[in-house]
Amino acid sequence: MRARLTFLLSGMTLTLMQLAFAQDGTLSLPKIVEAGNGFSIRSTGSGKATLYVIGPGQVLKQDVQLGELTSFPAGSLYNAGHYLVVLAGANSTESGSFDVIPASKPADLSFLAKPSRLPVGMHNAITGVAYVFDAYHNLITTPTPVSFELSSPSGAVEKHIVVSRDGAASTAMDSTAQQGVDKFVARIDQVSSVRVVGQVPGDPCGLKMTVRPSGQQLQLVTDPVRDCNGNSVPDGTIVTFTETYNGAQSTVDEPLKHGIAEAEMPSHDGATFSVASGVVLGNQIRWAK
Amino acid sequence: MLKPLLILGALFTAVSSIGGAQVAVRVETPTLQGPRPLPEQTATAAIRDYLQSWQSLRAALEQNRTDLLDPAFVGTAEDKLAATIQQQTTLGIRTRYLERSHDIQIVFYSPEGLSIELTDRVEYDVQILDHDGVKTAQHVTARYVIVLTPAEVRWRVRVFQAALK
Repeated sequence: MRARLTFLLSGMTLTLMQLAFAQDGTLSLPKIVEAGNGFSIRSTGSGKATLYVIGPGQVLKQDVQLGELTSFPAGSLYNAGHYLVVLAGANSTESGSFDVIPASKPADLSFLAKPSRLPVGMHNAITGVAYVFDAYHNLITTPTPVSFELSSPSGAVEKHIVVSRDGAASTAMDSTAQQGVDKFVARIDQVSSVRVVGQVPGDPCGLKMTVRPSGQQLQLVTDPVRDCNGNSVPDGTIVTFTETYNGAQSTVDEPLKHGIAEAEMPSHDGATFSVASGVVLGNQIRWAK
Repeated sequence: MLKPLLILGALFTAVSSIGGAQVAVRVETPTLQGPRPLPEQTATAAIRDYLQSWQSLRAALEQNRTDLLDPAFVGTAEDKLAATIQQQTTLGIRTRYLERSHDIQIVFYSPEGLSIELTDRVEYDVQILDHDGVKTAQHVTARYVIVLTPAEVRWRVRVFQAALK
């Protein structure tokens, strides 16, 4: 009990000493300085000393006259961070610290959009991440609303507003139903950053062919090949025609030309023909003379 | 070399030795705001590389050598630290940063996996050496916000900034 009381009294004494020291402190510092703003440091006493302002982001050193106000003009300290202040005189060294916070006005967005090209009609497939910076490229960590807009050539706009946390904001958007080049914009007030997202047709949908005689052969022709949103599948996409007859199978790969694919295959009574493109299977026709 | 055991999903404390000094490393459960899950291996690598960046920082600012920043820092963080080293050189100053503890939390993993943001409540001592005379040694507690991006073989620090606690 006695030991505990002694410990308590010692602690109180120490606290009182610290308070007394704080009241007699010879450095008067700002608590917070906005990046790029001017600030002043006041010292007491007399004689000459050297003032250091030290942080990983910046270092300042200045000879000062004790007892005078030392002013740092705007632009002296512009990197956000925690700074130590040391006043080294002939007989003593005083110290303190303050924080430099990012400028309140956003001036730059670091915007990353992915992917740059994707099929239409994909859910949450386009992602955007924005980091918010001030004019000195300090990360603005206070919550800031960031607007993400994805606009398609048809004029349709999908818009999300996301409040940044610790300087970062992200969103996910659906790709639109129409192929073309979309604009993906991240914006805060007048500050914006634009990325381009190419949207290409998806897989063929409702792949259909017809078969007709062509001399001794049969001609197989697809209908115009489109995706499920009605976009034309690009020329060059491979379409595979397959003939199955008497247990044997033969295939022909043909690229789309002008939106359709066609092939000639041997004519066998009772043969079965099928069409496919990638993993998409089309219709099947049994040929009977 | 820091070799902290990193167990994500649970609070964790490890003590590592850097140049004889003990550094306590605590990794808290990630509070991710993004949709992409963070693989444990990725988180471990990012934190390991971040902790190593402090060694680069310490060596670079103590020796006033910008080349020591290169493996660990990139972009804005590297530019700003390099500028600090230039200022120190001009002023005849060196600074020695000795970490005491880290309390790290991953707060953001971008959906495409190309950036990780973490916060670190870090305690360290700073010695200021002016023309090799130690002017002062101060203990600092600060909250840092760090953004890491992947490079060829490691995560590199792109944003390194003390924020208000």
